[in-house]
Amino acid sequence: MIRPFGINEALFIVEAIRWTLALSAVAFAGGAIGGLIVALCRVSSVAPLRYLALGYIRLFQGTPLLMQLFLVYFGLNIFGAGINPWLAASLALTLHASAFLGEIWRGCIEAVPSGQSEAAWALGLGYVDRMKSIVLPQAAKIAVAPTVGFLVQLIKGTSLASIIGFVELTRAGQIINNATFVPFKVFGLVAILYFVLCWPLSLVARWTERRFAVATQR
Amino acid sequence: MNYQLNFAPVLANFDHLLSGMLVTLELSFGAMLLGTVVAIVCAAGKTGGPRPVRWVVDAYIEIIRNTPFLIQIFFIFFGLPALGIRFSPNTAALVALTVNVGAYATEIIRAGIESIQKGQVEAGTALGLRPVQIFRYIVVKPALRTVYPALTSQFIYLMLTSSVVSVISATDLAAAGNDIQSQTFASFEVYLVITGMYLVLAIAFSGLFSLVRRWAFDYPLSR
Repeated sequence: MIRPFGINEALFIVEAIRWTLALSAVAFAGGAIGGLIVALCRVSSVAPLRYLALGYIRLFQGTPLLMQLFLVYFGLNIFGAGINPWLAASLALTLHASAFLGEIWRGCIEAVPSGQSEAAWALGLGYVDRMKSIVLPQAAKIAVAPTVGFLVQLIKGTSLASIIGFVELTRAGQIINNATFVPFKVFGLVAILYFVLCWPLSLVARWTERRFAVATQR
Repeated sequence: MNYQLNFAPVLANFDHLLSGMLVTLELSFGAMLLGTVVAIVCAAGKTGGPRPVRWVVDAYIEIIRNTPFLIQIFFIFFGLPALGIRFSPNTAALVALTVNVGAYATEIIRAGIESIQKGQVEAGTALGLRPVQIFRYIVVKPALRTVYPALTSQFIYLMLTSSVVSVISATDLAAAGNDIQSQTFASFEVYLVITGMYLVLAIAFSGLFSLVRRWAFDYPLSR
């Protein structure tokens, strides 16, 4: 019995957006914390921390996200956490985002002129104050555009969570397609929904980048 | 944790992994070459073409860059047969990867083309070169040289992305892993080995690309 593709089927797909958004939000929040730690290690004056962070970044940028998802998914099972797509997907995407945001933010921190740091030292500020009040606020300004750009990549990346059985936008599309057999319409709709999520962010990223380029030319 | 890692089933099927890796390499290099051709044509259209061409190229770039690759490959493999366009899994994988990398590479190469100064092209015209020669030797080659680092990191990302084609039963490295894990249940071990193989491929690609750069672009920039 093949179901027709009607309004209810379309709504089922549209409603699955919330899980894509939830997973993106969790991974982005976790990735922001992890990424800050990785970035700070990467520019640390302690050599082993630098190498550790570099190795972490290389590892996650040199392997497919799909394999990272599989390893976390099956790895959690080995460590006794059971089969849990939510946990596995959010953990894997968090680790993934930490590496990419860490590398992006390292660049932003290094783009802050070293005179700023030196002035902070000269004023007797400690590491925490120097980072919190002097370096990071200035780096944050540069970081907006590439961070939003990565957020688009992360939202697209959450589609891979469907492969380990997490029901979000892509998986909802597959489920409906298996019942209705109109892949052209179903995946067309799913593609449009992703586009609606990602395109405004891409425009924001481009707009902030251009505005920043103008600001620094002056 | 009382789990013993057991790599024996993986090693017993290692030749299967190697043949999967071969397909991954074929798909990656095929998509790189075809994608670069697509990108050069689109970048030329976007920088010098009439307005409708520019709109089409812009739409292509925005659609591809703002939707997941997984959906693109589903659309090509499951959706296009509705229009009578039917591919085998490996061909669909190659088409999807080419379409995908073509969009990213267009933006990269366009940036390179825009960095070529007008005087260069005018000098070419003054020397009596034909438009095709000007485009090839004066525009494209220096443009590729300028954007080479960005382009090659996009290619490495392409190779890693190609693992996704295993979902439409293409026969790449990740798919070989799926086969072995469903026969042996040594899931973690299989994917650990495969992840390591992808990492080796990524490092090998980046080494290969720096060799190619030396071979193709090792001439002084200006006197």
